[in-house]
Amino acid sequence: MLTESEKKEIEAEARHYAYKRAACVDALKVVQRHRGWVSDESLRDVAEYLEMTPDELDNVATFYNLIFRKPVGKHVILVCDSVSCWIMGYERVRQRLSERLGIGFGETTADERFTLLPIVCLGTCDHAPAIMIDGDLCRDVDPEKLDAILAQYR
Amino acid sequence: MEQPLTKNIRPGEPPLDLSGYERAGGYQGLRQALRQKTPKQVQEEVTQANLRGRGGAGFPTGMKWSFVPMGDGAPHPKYLIVNADEMEPGTFKDRLLLEGDPHLMIESAIIAAYAIEADIAYIFLRWEYKLAEQRLEKAIAEDYEHGYLGKNILGSGYSLELYLHVSAGRYICGEETALLNSLEGKRAIPRAKPPFPQVSGLWGKPTIVNNVETLCNLPHIINNGAAWFKKLSRSGDGGTKLYGASGKVKKPGVFELPMGTTIREILEEHAGGMRDGCKFRGLLPGGASTDFLTEEHLDVPMDYGSVEKAGSRLGTGTMIVLDDQTCPVGMVQNLEKFFAQESCGWCTPCRDGLPWTAKILSALEDGRGEPRDLERLALHTRLLRPGNTFCAFAPGAAEPLQSALKYFREDFENHIRDKRCAYS
Repeated sequence: MLTESEKKEIEAEARHYAYKRAACVDALKVVQRHRGWVSDESLRDVAEYLEMTPDELDNVATFYNLIFRKPVGKHVILVCDSVSCWIMGYERVRQRLSERLGIGFGETTADERFTLLPIVCLGTCDHAPAIMIDGDLCRDVDPEKLDAILAQYR
Repeated sequence: MEQPLTKNIRPGEPPLDLSGYERAGGYQGLRQALRQKTPKQVQEEVTQANLRGRGGAGFPTGMKWSFVPMGDGAPHPKYLIVNADEMEPGTFKDRLLLEGDPHLMIESAIIAAYAIEADIAYIFLRWEYKLAEQRLEKAIAEDYEHGYLGKNILGSGYSLELYLHVSAGRYICGEETALLNSLEGKRAIPRAKPPFPQVSGLWGKPTIVNNVETLCNLPHIINNGAAWFKKLSRSGDGGTKLYGASGKVKKPGVFELPMGTTIREILEEHAGGMRDGCKFRGLLPGGASTDFLTEEHLDVPMDYGSVEKAGSRLGTGTMIVLDDQTCPVGMVQNLEKFFAQESCGWCTPCRDGLPWTAKILSALEDGRGEPRDLERLALHTRLLRPGNTFCAFAPGAAEPLQSALKYFREDFENHIRDKRCAYS
């Protein structure tokens, strides 16, 4: 079941478009904001609300890499693996994160605190390498200082 | 040197709010357009100015607009879309404008919308640009409150609704027809052209999609005129350009300079030259989907025609620098892996060809390459050429690969002969 506040937020987005279903990406983001990810049940609820079939909506949901169709940890770490970060030492950042968290890309720590994902160019190439945690941009990342950064995300 | 695009931007400081922007001369361009010019006259001024698209393709903006049906017989609603889905690897110029001067972005969008008599405008913003999202939201609210958006803007009789759409990832959304599908709530798959979006775009209505930087020139063109705009440039293409440099240069960053500034000046004067201990080997002049240029091209002016003559494209104008300690094969592997991952999967050469090239390149990097691999890679660059695919994505992916095979051939051959990457 969608909550009242979820419905309200989806309605507000839907008013921006000529057709209700155009709000489906926004609606998936609303659900994800409230629940962390989009479960099969949520997907069915959103589809029904927007008068789509679940298949139609899943077709969209699975296309966009920032819609999570599997559970993620409390904090999601996006590691830029595009070319400028690659030149400037992405590999050491990724390795260090993997070592500290004990997980690889696409995995979540056992305590469900962190999920590690790759991301395309974050558009901050003059401050490479870059990562993003829950929407917070970290630039000029020094692998040696990652512990201090992670400590801010309890 | 005039820097109209960035004149209000102070690094590290919050952007101007509405009253600050007005005090800095903001919204004068819009006032002038609404009061003194018909939409067609705005189009003509922009055509005269020779403004070309800054998103990568370089299409003349005035001409793009000229295909939109105008007047009483035109279908409505018409749409103006700001392409703020900046995701080309190595490109970080639109971020500066979106975060640094959100009111300039909005004024520009309103002028463009007026020029094509649009009823609704969307800013299509990538999810990761969080600060831009906050600042645009605030600026849009201020503009509605003060009559710059909504019904009867500044008493002109012209009305426009503007909405911010925050996307959910995928590079292909920046392709203009894929963007339309995405806004309609579908998978972002490019559409066949014709029909062109100007005639049949969002929900089949006339639609213009323009890049952030392209649009941000408009208030200045209206304020100062086409002749002024052309004079800003050192080439036939009008205006200034946001150039950028990333990689192992001393001072990576974005620089607003006259269109047609040479690569050497951007690299050596503005980006501070190479870091100590690193030597320049080559660069991608305008993002991941442009051909490599090398030392012999350093004096090429960064304008559309000159870069094309040198065998590449201006693209987004933000260069990615390759140094002598970085493996060119590894760099191309990184690029092709990106393209293989981001292919929308709609047409076969792209969906199947790109993962194949990525696989061959990773075999080369890992020392598992064989001599025939170079022929296979060259074959792919031909199969992925324009005309074989639905959109420009795969041809763009072929550009760094084909030029790397040409300029860094020895590196490829060494990987095969030595069965390892000498850089790692």
